[in-house]
Amino acid sequence: MQIYLPIAEVSVNAFLLLGLGGIVGVLSGMFGVGGGFLMTPLLFFIGIPPAVAVATEANQIVASSFSGVLAHLKKRTVDLKMGVVLLIGGLIGAALGVLLFNYLKSLGQVDLLVKLCYVVFLGVIGGLMFIESLGAIRKAKKNAPPTRRKKHNWIHGLPFKMRFRVSGLYISVIPPLIVGLCVGILAAIMGVGGGFIMVPAMIYLLGMPTKVVVGTSLFQIIFVTAFTTLLHATTNYTVDMALAVLLLVGGVIGAQIGTRIGTRLKAEQLRILLSLMVITVCGKLAFDLLVQPAELFSIGAVGGH
Amino acid sequence: MLRRALAFLFLLASPLAAEEVVLGLSQDHVSITANFDGSEILIFGAVKREAPIPEGDPLDVVIAVSGPEYPLTVRRKEKRFGIWINTESLEIDSAPSFYAIATSAPFHDALSEVEDLRHKVSIPRAIRSVGAPYEIKDAAAFSKAVIRIRTNNGSYQLRENAIAVDQQTLFRTSIDLPANLTEGDYLTRIFLTRGGEVISQFETVIDVRKVGLERWLFTLSRQQPLLYGLLSLAIAIAAGWGASAAFRILRQS
Repeated sequence: MQIYLPIAEVSVNAFLLLGLGGIVGVLSGMFGVGGGFLMTPLLFFIGIPPAVAVATEANQIVASSFSGVLAHLKKRTVDLKMGVVLLIGGLIGAALGVLLFNYLKSLGQVDLLVKLCYVVFLGVIGGLMFIESLGAIRKAKKNAPPTRRKKHNWIHGLPFKMRFRVSGLYISVIPPLIVGLCVGILAAIMGVGGGFIMVPAMIYLLGMPTKVVVGTSLFQIIFVTAFTTLLHATTNYTVDMALAVLLLVGGVIGAQIGTRIGTRLKAEQLRILLSLMVITVCGKLAFDLLVQPAELFSIGAVGGH
Repeated sequence: MLRRALAFLFLLASPLAAEEVVLGLSQDHVSITANFDGSEILIFGAVKREAPIPEGDPLDVVIAVSGPEYPLTVRRKEKRFGIWINTESLEIDSAPSFYAIATSAPFHDALSEVEDLRHKVSIPRAIRSVGAPYEIKDAAAFSKAVIRIRTNNGSYQLRENAIAVDQQTLFRTSIDLPANLTEGDYLTRIFLTRGGEVISQFETVIDVRKVGLERWLFTLSRQQPLLYGLLSLAIAIAAGWGASAAFRILRQS
């Protein structure tokens, strides 16, 4: 069944969109990532104009994250206090990111920068996670007690300490604020929720337990992407509601299923799967940059988007 | 008697209009609804003439349908530091979002180069590019790229020998409008030619408009963007909550 999207001005198959939303939704629920880093390139691929894809994707992430966070709230795996601290950083970061984005747009080459950002961040994070979780699984197989992550490092020497009961942490608010800020900047530039950066940052930098990380990052993503959606809707008029509804119907159902799958898997398995996915996307993007494209020319509207 | 005299006078006054187009369209407006999946417009017509069919070159028909025009930026990728990046860019002053030509003979038999230049019928003539910056040496490659990309996705069509002409009087063809249609007035021009010279010309407009829900959403997004954004978020949150609630009920039962 074909459906004409009023803002994107293209006609696409409605079931294709529902299916894409569903698959990305499952992954989003499993890993606590918004799924934007997968969905946005997929939307480009089926012919949605990039500006519309990025803006609409932000709206869809709100829905799938909301669905996911409710499931996590039920299981008490959301650290609200930590979430709010991350969110404050995130909103400031998103605003800075938009400024940076517009500055780069005036220089041209913003597409390239976004892609390079993807390749570098996805590559580094995916690689580190893969090595780390592979090591963890090996240790588990040898029946050796899992090595506890370093609980005391320079982070614990910082001022403004706060107790985060759900995470079982007593640390300074500065690191989570900075993590939120960096993720916010990257999220605005890359047009994604930023979960795939925040989840590893929370695990490895802040030392939060994996179980709480997913729900908390979803909580933060909701607000950052909602903010982004409004910015896009009011400045670029690129949020396509029809597209968003189709994606999110598939997405919210997928997210519910994904959350249930996620609780059954072991943390190491979850991480190794996420890292493989991140590496795959990174590889595809790097490949596109390195190989001569079939069409050297591209058409864009005057004014950047 | 009077009518005949008038017709005679008319013929004297404008010998070029000895043959005129009487046109019919299967539809003069296209409604873009939620399940719009492209459309086919049948264009048919007859040649009205007061005198017998002139001898010599046979009658040819050229039909050009042009969508709304917009300026474009065309960018070219080059290999720098091992990766492919956009380097040069060129602004095209105006290019139609859709352009279809149908002819009753091979294009340049039906329309001479001079007439093409005058009426701007062929696809390269429909794209306007005033001047390229000094540093771009092969500006033509950029407009060629626009034609190539848009021909590949069905937005630009050149269909030679696609108009059936009967008895040098009746003609018909159909134009395929693709699914990725832009809203606007689609100028439709019909040329009657003999030996490549235009002897009569007729213009009409096909109105392409979004209707119903499509129209409403589009208008809201432009006129009340904040409301539209909030509505999008409300739908997203409601859907997220709804799915969550539905799954809870499903699990409990």
